[in-house]
Amino acid sequence: MLIDIHAHFYHERTPRADWRERNASRLRAGDKIGITIHVASVLGSWGRTSPIYFPSPPDVELGNDALLELERLHPDRIRGYVTVNPNYTAHACAEIARCLDAGMIGIKLAASRRADDPLLDPVCERARERRVPVLQHVWQHRRHDWPGQEASDAVELCALAARHPDVPFILAHIGGGGDWQRSLAVVRGATNVYVDLSGSGVDGGMLESCLAAVGVERLLWGTDLTMDTGWAKLRYLERLLSPADLELVKWKNAARIFPRGAFPAD
Amino acid sequence: MRVDVAAFLGAYPFRRVPATSPDALLRAMDRVGIDEAWVSHLPSVFWRAPAEGNGWLYETAARERRLWPVPAVHPGVPGWEEVIGDAVARGAPAARCDPTYYGLDPAGAELRVLAAACGAARLPLLMAVRLEDARQRHPGDRAPELPAAVVRALIRSHADVRLVVTHADRAFIEEVHFGSTPEEAARIWWDITWVWGPPEDHLETLLATVGVDRFVLGTGQPLRIPETSIAKCDLLDLTVAQRAAIESHNALTGLQAR
Repeated sequence: MLIDIHAHFYHERTPRADWRERNASRLRAGDKIGITIHVASVLGSWGRTSPIYFPSPPDVELGNDALLELERLHPDRIRGYVTVNPNYTAHACAEIARCLDAGMIGIKLAASRRADDPLLDPVCERARERRVPVLQHVWQHRRHDWPGQEASDAVELCALAARHPDVPFILAHIGGGGDWQRSLAVVRGATNVYVDLSGSGVDGGMLESCLAAVGVERLLWGTDLTMDTGWAKLRYLERLLSPADLELVKWKNAARIFPRGAFPAD
Repeated sequence: MRVDVAAFLGAYPFRRVPATSPDALLRAMDRVGIDEAWVSHLPSVFWRAPAEGNGWLYETAARERRLWPVPAVHPGVPGWEEVIGDAVARGAPAARCDPTYYGLDPAGAELRVLAAACGAARLPLLMAVRLEDARQRHPGDRAPELPAAVVRALIRSHADVRLVVTHADRAFIEEVHFGSTPEEAARIWWDITWVWGPPEDHLETLLATVGVDRFVLGTGQPLRIPETSIAKCDLLDLTVAQRAAIESHNALTGLQAR
């Protein structure tokens, strides 16, 4: 079994005319790679009627509804993170309840509010109550603010994780840009923070550093926007890890932090 | 057969990179089924006189038939013409220049003179758009990325210039390809290392719009794991002939025809 813990899909009310092709391409490539389940999120309208990383409440609902529909269309292949904007606390909590009740299995925090902000606490409290993980979009060692997002880095995520020790947090896309060495140094001691291997970055030495920093039991395989790099990292790990350890990264670690029964082999 | 046109030997100054020795590179090539690699000397990209790394590179490549040396040439350093002559005499498949790392104006006269000299010598000139993702570069690593306009200008500068451009993304490739005449575009080869696969399908799109003949296999190893470029190809529905063109034929025939 192979679980992609960082996938995205699009829908008709996004700026992309090619949304159907991109969704189909992800599923087709997933078949070639051998992905059993795509655990995905939809970030609102992907910028059409509110910013990608600051989705309005109506767009949050729109995106989550689109993902629920995809789950219904592909019940054997797609699972969902409920995306929320924590600036709208009541809406975020209600959306978490609605979408988890409808079958989603995790919470996606993008970059609407810094990860160490107290506004994220009610969201994480819902994650604890429902026993679901939180996938936090991370800029690896953010040195300054970047346009279009209130990005968080590993220090801020670890501060949040320390306040919620019973919630598993996923540090998004270690290969997604920025200084991943810095992130790994920060998360080393944060035992409830897992490292998502996705992202376009395929730096030589990165996977060895991930293993050295957090061990094989805190690594999760994923792709994000580039499935070729995800597959490459998986192939590299096949040479680096024992078959038993490889299974941890491919799906067993994910099965441990997502709700029981979320995946076929649970 | 697989030929990697974008491999490096030697240490990287901005972070520790494993497997930078010739033996380690060969092991990595074996791991992913790459038969031959065009290798550049990575440390000298950052030297004041990059050609000083060429001696080691030639000696290393002479000991291993699977490695082909791509010597560095800095057109602002006296004696650079001899580097071109040496490269031709030693059968190098290309010479490389990284103008933004050398502190040269990439659109300046020195680059145009170099391109013309390479063209006259029938020696392809190899240039990298970038070596690392701009978002992760070391604070001291401030060389700008190679602009697409420079590639357009260089290919127009001399009718015999042939360029191998590595680490370019889809937007860069499209800008240059469709901003050039068909004759000019036919003298540029692009490596696939920085082009995205699915679900964005940039590589699939480029192969359809720009053409299979324009692409060569490059990995950027050991800065990048070479599995990536192979995975990109595996995710495409290529014919045997198309795959062979990208993985070796275009490099061995189009580029090395002198």
